[in-house]
Amino acid sequence: MMEIRLHGRGGQGAWTASILLARSALLEGKHVQSFPEFTPERMGAPVVAYTRISEEPVDVHSGIYEPGVVVVLDPTLVTAVNVLDGLAADGALIVNERRAPSEFRAENRIVGRDIWTVPATDLSVEVLGRNIPNTAMLGATVKATGIVKLDSLITEVKARFPGKVGEANASLIQRAYDEVRKG
Amino acid sequence: MSLQPKVEGLNGDEAIAYALKQCNVDLVAAYPITPQTIIVEKFSEYVANGEVDTEFVTVESEHSAMSACIGGAAVGGRIFTATASAGLALMHEMNYVAASHRLPIVMAVVNRALSGPINIHADHSDSMGERDASWIQLFSENPQEVYDNMIQAFRVGEAPTVQLPCMVLLDGFVVSHTLQDVAVLSDDVVKGFVGRRGLPLINVMGQTVPYKLDVEHPLTMGPLALYDYYFEHKRQQEEAMMNAKEVIVKVHDEYAQLTGRRVGDGLIHPYRMEDAEMALICMGSTAGTTRTVVNELREKGVRAGLVKVRTFRPFPAREILDAVAGVKALGVLDRSGAYGAVGGPLFNEVRSTLYDCADRPFVVDYVYGLGGRDMPPTLIREVYDDLARVVKTGAVQQTLNFVGVR
Amino acid sequence: MSGSSGKLGWTGIPLGGVSWRLSEDLKTGDWRGELKPVVDNAKCKECLFCWVFCPDAAVRWDGTKISINYDYCKGCGICEKECPFDAIAMVKE
Repeated sequence: MMEIRLHGRGGQGAWTASILLARSALLEGKHVQSFPEFTPERMGAPVVAYTRISEEPVDVHSGIYEPGVVVVLDPTLVTAVNVLDGLAADGALIVNERRAPSEFRAENRIVGRDIWTVPATDLSVEVLGRNIPNTAMLGATVKATGIVKLDSLITEVKARFPGKVGEANASLIQRAYDEVRKG
Repeated sequence: MSLQPKVEGLNGDEAIAYALKQCNVDLVAAYPITPQTIIVEKFSEYVANGEVDTEFVTVESEHSAMSACIGGAAVGGRIFTATASAGLALMHEMNYVAASHRLPIVMAVVNRALSGPINIHADHSDSMGERDASWIQLFSENPQEVYDNMIQAFRVGEAPTVQLPCMVLLDGFVVSHTLQDVAVLSDDVVKGFVGRRGLPLINVMGQTVPYKLDVEHPLTMGPLALYDYYFEHKRQQEEAMMNAKEVIVKVHDEYAQLTGRRVGDGLIHPYRMEDAEMALICMGSTAGTTRTVVNELREKGVRAGLVKVRTFRPFPAREILDAVAGVKALGVLDRSGAYGAVGGPLFNEVRSTLYDCADRPFVVDYVYGLGGRDMPPTLIREVYDDLARVVKTGAVQQTLNFVGVR
Repeated sequence: MSGSSGKLGWTGIPLGGVSWRLSEDLKTGDWRGELKPVVDNAKCKECLFCWVFCPDAAVRWDGTKISINYDYCKGCGICEKECPFDAIAMVKE
C-alpha cells in the first residue's frame, strides 16, 4: 500500500490533489482513501491531505504517520512545517521549487530520500494563467513514483475539469511530468 | 436491470447523498453542522438540478428539522434528515417523539464529539446520548457501508412490525470526509429494493385506514397519556424494537443477495473468532483498523479476534454471546466516556450480556478516540497486549482504561 | 387485552397511540365557572379583537355579527378584557 502526504496552503488545492490522485487510481481498479486534515480553514493556512492507494481494500482508518511519498505544493512550507516528518530514508520528496534538487537538498540539509523539484508555480502561471500548482505537482509525482499511470491522471483531470480548463491542466501535467528533476 | 456494480469515489457524506438520491425521498428537512454539511450541500445540488423530486426544506434549527420530519412522515412521506453532535442534542426531545409516533424517519448521524470543549471530530458521545430514544442504530465502518446502510435503513424502519425511525451512523471526518471506492447500484435496482413507503393499516371507527394524517379520516397523532396509559404505549414501542432485530437480518440478507456484500449477519460481524483466545468488540471505522491488527497478530500465532457491532440498537445480545464463546479476555472499545458509569456504554451492554454466560471471559473497557484522537494500529496492539496479560495472569488490573490519552 | 379495571392492555391500544375523537366532541363549555360573556351587538364595532384573542375559538364571526359559542367557551374573560368598546361583559350564569 502506498501512503502519500501532501502539504499545501489553503487555496492551492492540496485536498483536491489528494482526491484526484485517489480517483486516478480508482480508474485502474485500485482501492483508495483520500482525506484532509482539518485545522482552522482560511486562505494561506497550512493544509495537509493524504492518499492511500492499494491493491487490497483499505481497512485501516487511522492517520498516515510514515508516508512513502511527500508532496509539497508551496516552497515556503519547507521551513514552516516539518514536511519530512515520518518520511522513510528511501522515500520520495517532491517539492514545488525552482532550484535543482541538489541545491534544495544542500540548503535544507536533507539526508537520504529521493528529492524531486519542479517549478510548479511558474509552470501553472505559464500554462493556466493562474498560480494553482496542484495538477503540476501531481504530474511530477507520477513521474517520480509511478503510483498511478500518467494516462489515468490525465483522464481523471479532464473528467473533473471539462473543456478548455481540462485541456490546459492536461498539458500542464505533461510539462511537469517531463520537466521534474531528481537529485 | 444490471447488477454490475459501478465503482465511484465517494466520501461518507457523498455516499449518503448518492443513496438518498436513489431512494427518492419525499422530504429532507435539515440544518447544517460540521461534519454533515457535505450531505446537504451535495443533496441540494441534486434538488437544484431536478435529479430528485424531493422537497428540501431549510429549517432554523435541528429541533425544527426533526419537527418538520415528524410532520412529513405523519402525512405518509418517506423522510430523511442528517445531523451531528450538538445538532443531535438539540433535537433530543423530538427524537423521542419521532419514535413514539412510530414514524420510520431515516437520519444520518455523523458521529462527532459533544461540547465542551468545542470539537468537530469523531467520537460516539452524540449518538450514545440517544440510545434510549428508541431509534434503530446502524454503525458504518466506511463509505461503502454507509451507502449500503442508507438503502437498507428505509426498508428496516418501514417494515410493518417495526415502524420505528432509524439512525445511520458514520465517524466524523474519518468516514464522512474520507473518499474511498464505493460500489454503487443502479437507480433502478435501488428503486426496486426500497419500493415506496407502505403505510400500516389501522382501524378507525370500523374503517380500515392507512396510518397517516388525512382530512378524509381525521386522526390525532401524539396524544396525552397520563399514568393510566403511558406505560402501555411504551410497552408497545419496546415490542417494535424487539421485532426490529429479525427484520434487520432479513433486509441485510436480501441486500447481500443483490450485492454480494455482507456485514456478518447484519447485526455483528465476528472476524477470526472461531478459536480466538482474546478479542475486541468495536463499532465504526476503528473496526477496520482493528482488523488489520488482528491479521498481523494472527501471522505471529496470536489467537486474536474481533467482533464488529453493526447494529447497536436493538442490541444483539444473543449474537454477541454466541460469537465470544471460548474467549478468555474480551476488550470493549468505547468511543464515548463513562462519567460515573461502570464503563462506557458499549462495555456496559456487553458485560450485562455476558453475565448469563456460564464460562464467561474477563471483560475490560478501553475508552479511546474521544474528540477525534487517532487510534492507530500501534495503540490497538497495546490493547491486545493488555488482554494477553489478562489471559496470562488470570486477573484484570483495571476494568476501565483510557487508551491514547496523555 | 384489558385489565380488571376495564382499561386496554398494551396490545389493545392503537399503533402510535393515535386517537380519532374530534376535538369538537369534547364540549368544554361545561368547564365554565360562574361567569359567561355576553355580547352587546349594538356597542360592537365588529373589530374582531375578541375573535382574535379568544384562546378557545369560542367567539363566532359569521360575516355579520359576533356571537359566543357557549358549547366551548371556558369563561376566561379575555374577550371582555380585550374589547376596546366595552361591548362584552362577563355576567353571572
